[in-house]
Amino acid sequence: MAVLLLAEVTNGELQRDATAKAVTAVKSLGEVTALCVGAHARDAAEAAATIDGVAKVLCAEDAIYGHRLAEPTADLIVSLAGGYDHIAAPATTDAKNIMPRVAALLDAMVITDVVAVVDADTFDRPIYAGNAIQTVRTADAKKVLTIRTSTFEAASEGGAAPVEAVAAAGNPGLSEWVKDSAAASDRPELTSAGVIVSGGRGVGSEEDFHLIEKLADKLGAAVGASRAAVDSGYAPNDWQVGQTGKVVAPELYIAVGISGAIQHLAGMKDSKVIVAINKDEEAPIFQVADYGLVADLFDAVPELIEKL
Amino acid sequence: MKVLVPVKRVIDYNVKVRVKADGTGVDLANVKMSMNPFDEIAVEEAIRLKEKGQADEIVAVSIGVKQAQETLRTALAMGADRAILIVAADDIHQDIEPLAVAKLLKAVIDEEQPGLVLAGKQAIDNDMNATGQMLAALLGWAQGTFASGLEIEGENAVVTREVDGGLQTIKVKMPAIVTVDLRLNEPRYASLPNIMKAKKKPLDEKTPADYGIDVTPRLTVVRTAEPRERQAGIKVGSVDELIAKLKDEAGVL
Ligand SMILES: Cc1cc2nc3c(=O)[nH]c(=O)nc-3n(C[C@H](O)[C@H](O)[C@H](O)COP(=O)(O)OP(=O)(O)OC[C@H]3O[C@@H](n4cnc5c(N)ncnc54)[C@H](O)[C@@H]3O)c2cc1C
Ligand SMILES: Nc1ncnc2c1ncn2[C@@H]1O[C@H](COP(=O)(O)O)[C@@H](O)[C@H]1O
Repeated sequence: MAVLLLAEVTNGELQRDATAKAVTAVKSLGEVTALCVGAHARDAAEAAATIDGVAKVLCAEDAIYGHRLAEPTADLIVSLAGGYDHIAAPATTDAKNIMPRVAALLDAMVITDVVAVVDADTFDRPIYAGNAIQTVRTADAKKVLTIRTSTFEAASEGGAAPVEAVAAAGNPGLSEWVKDSAAASDRPELTSAGVIVSGGRGVGSEEDFHLIEKLADKLGAAVGASRAAVDSGYAPNDWQVGQTGKVVAPELYIAVGISGAIQHLAGMKDSKVIVAINKDEEAPIFQVADYGLVADLFDAVPELIEKL
Repeated sequence: MKVLVPVKRVIDYNVKVRVKADGTGVDLANVKMSMNPFDEIAVEEAIRLKEKGQADEIVAVSIGVKQAQETLRTALAMGADRAILIVAADDIHQDIEPLAVAKLLKAVIDEEQPGLVLAGKQAIDNDMNATGQMLAALLGWAQGTFASGLEIEGENAVVTREVDGGLQTIKVKMPAIVTVDLRLNEPRYASLPNIMKAKKKPLDEKTPADYGIDVTPRLTVVRTAEPRERQAGIKVGSVDELIAKLKDEAGVL
């Protein structure tokens, strides 16, 4: 049994945390070959080679993979799929874009957001915004999976796998990258942060959202947001936590002015310690919070910032 | 240009989901069902393209049980022109997998020849986030997933995508599949006159056999379980108490 794992590479850089967590998830399935794809992928490949549990690294470096467009990347993976029983990737937006395409090309039913590997054919995945966990067994010859990284520990360093270059597959020329709009930030990345401070609609405005950011900076935390906060323009889209945003499981999650809709809980209820600050003592967020503070956030958050 | 919009009938997003005691699935009997929220956004976007003169016909397609008719009538009441229902299951608890849905949609598309397919990014029941990408693969078309912005420019669609790092803009050749995210638009409500009018719009009924497609699932559901429940903790009385608890009890500060 052998596994081809699409490593998460962004602008030439390996996203080690996401990739190493996926390695942990799949290493019981067989020997893991990590595939690094990009216009520049060499450095990422060298980095992936050091993840414990990676037996080999394939490096596909070509301008056509510059922005991980789905069509050429899926064609590349399919061209390499021959020797593997499982083709997996951490469930990032990149992989969610690419892997179902790969699966369809292989006539397999993709299994997304795997939270547990039961055996080589059987996997657990959440459905209904995490309100149920379904165990599914696949009959497909090739199994295509995405791994929900928040439920696995990252594999450690210490590997020294060989790196091999692989040729690019063709470019179907169906799509073209135009631009990225990403706000640069010095804060930790949401999905790997140990502490997250999230703000909701209760924060009330983009200006006041700086209060959330200030608390986060005091704690060295990443900043998250509810969908309502993002929709209202208080926070950028990539801060959204939930069913349709990012799924996180930090040591400490502080929800401020967030009511606790199931779609939000879907993204954070596996956090180790949850703190909720909300002025409504009936808010559903208190049903999952370890420590609830019924207070106006405009009193509580400045006081927290001052006293921490 | 013709726009095709696949719409799925799912449990309403406000309903509290209950896992059946025997572990065979979730209970959908006598539960409020609605159009998948992402698909409402897809229908809305198609209507806006028509209002801008960039689309001339909107065809809504649903695959599932007979009751998905209601979902299609909602799409027609919002402004779709006609609908196709593929009855692929009798049991309301049977979900048709994205791969089978994609194969059926491909067969419909081969007949209908739309210039654009607008699907939801994800169905809120199975949370697969797969159908659009699978359909694009089967057709050999470009895909623009998780769209929060869409502009048609001649032969291309310019799609702004919500991705982990922020936003990415790509240009895809049409015909293409675009899957829509929640911030693309705010869907309209169907007005009463339009609900009445929708009853007269054409709704064709088909079966997978009409297209020669096998919808046998690839995945066997071994069991469905409740997630690990979290216990509610305690309420603290002050910021000082909170800090103390986080330091001494939880050890996270
Ligand atoms: C298909 C679908 C997908 C979705 N996906 C997501 C998702 O991924 N993530 C997500 O978060 N949501 C998602 N949602 C939306 C979700 O249903 C809720 O609407 C949303 O989470 C509400 O955000 P909120 O808690 O910030 O706002 P609200 O529900 O409006 O809550 C605001 C809270 O702030 C409190 N408050 C107000 N003022 C103060 C104050 N001064 N001090 C203290 N507390 C205050 C209020 O008591 C209230 O509890 C989705 C919805 C749908 C339909
Ligand atoms: N049974 C179905 N009937 C019609 N459209 C569907 C069906 N299943 C999935 N879709 C479409 O595919 C999108 C993504 O669904 P999924 O891949 O199941 O998360 C949905 O938002 C719909 O647009």
